[in-house]
Amino acid sequence: MNRQRAAWVFLAPAMVVLGVFFLLPVIAALGLSLTDYDLYALADIHNLRFVALGNYWELLHNPLFWAALGHTVYFVVVGVPLSMGASLGAALLLHSPLARCKPFFRTALFAPVVTTVVAVAVVWRYLFNTKYGLANYVLGLVGIHPIDWLGNPHWAMPAIILFAVWKNFGYNMIIFMAGLQAIPADLYEAARIDGASAWQQFRHITLPMLGPTLLMVGILTVSGYFQLFAEPYVMTEGGPLQSTISVLYLMYNEGFQWWNLGSASAIAFLLFAIMFAVTASMLRWGRRGEEA
Amino acid sequence: MSPRLAKVIINGLLVGGALVALFPLLWMLSVSLMHPGEADALPPPLFPAHATLYNYQELFVRAGMGRYLLNSLLISTAITLLSLGVNLMAGYAFAKLRFAGREKLFKSLVGMLVIPAQVTMLPLFLMLKHIGLVNNYGGVIVPAMASAFGIFLVRQYARGIPDELMEAARIDGAGELHIFLQIVMPLLKPIMVTLAIFTFLTAWNDFMWPLIVLTGQEHYTLPLGLASLAREHAQDSELMMAGSVITVVPVLVLFLALQRYYLEGLLLGSVKG
Repeated sequence: MNRQRAAWVFLAPAMVVLGVFFLLPVIAALGLSLTDYDLYALADIHNLRFVALGNYWELLHNPLFWAALGHTVYFVVVGVPLSMGASLGAALLLHSPLARCKPFFRTALFAPVVTTVVAVAVVWRYLFNTKYGLANYVLGLVGIHPIDWLGNPHWAMPAIILFAVWKNFGYNMIIFMAGLQAIPADLYEAARIDGASAWQQFRHITLPMLGPTLLMVGILTVSGYFQLFAEPYVMTEGGPLQSTISVLYLMYNEGFQWWNLGSASAIAFLLFAIMFAVTASMLRWGRRGEEA
Repeated sequence: MSPRLAKVIINGLLVGGALVALFPLLWMLSVSLMHPGEADALPPPLFPAHATLYNYQELFVRAGMGRYLLNSLLISTAITLLSLGVNLMAGYAFAKLRFAGREKLFKSLVGMLVIPAQVTMLPLFLMLKHIGLVNNYGGVIVPAMASAFGIFLVRQYARGIPDELMEAARIDGAGELHIFLQIVMPLLKPIMVTLAIFTFLTAWNDFMWPLIVLTGQEHYTLPLGLASLAREHAQDSELMMAGSVITVVPVLVLFLALQRYYLEGLLLGSVKG
């Protein structure tokens, strides 16, 4: 067996699986989004009609789509900075030479990341319970009236964001810790000799040196947060008053509850296009910042 | 600020953070040992008055949790073993075997990382329905048998293997398969462990795709079973906490046992990528 052929033999299983079960469906999804594939077409394929951009046109005129997009953007715009802030804060604490028992704290802070979203969402649903939940109990101790976290359209999304930050911040914390370790110690040494305060050191050494890591983490976190689904599915079922329906939740309902697979594919593609546009402009903006 | 005060503040914040991170998990464990209805009290009790395994018994005897646990174990193990083999071979080929179009193919593989999996879900469902894999373990296992991320991870690691090792074996007349199995595989052991934990945890925690493709309760994994229980038994906090414990403990234990490999993989997959 020559080496060229060996390479293809080694590659074949992966390429077949990725080609048939990933690439082909992506292309098919684009095709599907241009048809009116629904329950009737599912029963008999002859009912299928080509509608060109009809699904996209209808979505752009569907208030529910805009609402779902609005909720998702809310989750991303509030959730990502909070999440990254918590990650960076935790990483800075763990990086400090004054911190004790670092391995224990690192493991403890990271533990939520490996847990199952559905299981911990169930736990948080009870923590957010209006009457018996600990969240309200603790707020009650400082004199704040109980909040109907998951039953009030104004509070449901903030509750989901708090949960998501708790669940996810450990992941980026590990990446930031590696980034902090890569900053040469003599930079801080020189700054200290020049009399720079802790805040000045953070502002003028840590942040700029961490720039590329921040950008990459930001992009990955944004694309992850756009894919909000399991949290509202378990905690609120999209309610109250559909205030926590995300774009993916809408796609799931449209595709697998009402069997409008054509329109659901269009939702998936719109989400992909939006994610791509946002992350690509973050990348461009970040690169320009580096050059300047 | 005196160093002493700084030390107190930093460690105090760490203790606070660790409490916030661990409290929901510890509370889940504690409530799962309470008698039905015990958690619905003011102030919310932190510890069971008389610990009981009643909820666990109820879950396994009445709610079919044992079945979900077995399904989860079966699906996650199958995905881990199969994708490990497939991704190792492909990652090694990209790293160490020269063939026409290698760079181009690898670039398109990296490009695939950008596409969210949800885009594929609708056509994939129709495809699998056509070949009879809907409501079948295969519907979850087969599409997960290879992953662009896994291949990428193996390639990054395998590039560090010195070419001389393989060349020497080739001069001795060893076949490519022999080289892969006898020389390369042992060197890839650390990345194999890393990839295995990553894959197992992802498969175990996965929710959306199993929810779509496993339509019958007899095939439910733990997250699916738990989500459906949560809709039926919304009021039974103690029972639901026990269900959450069963779902979370296997992955937490696995992570604690192999933490080093997991964190290394996390960094290899993102920082260097």
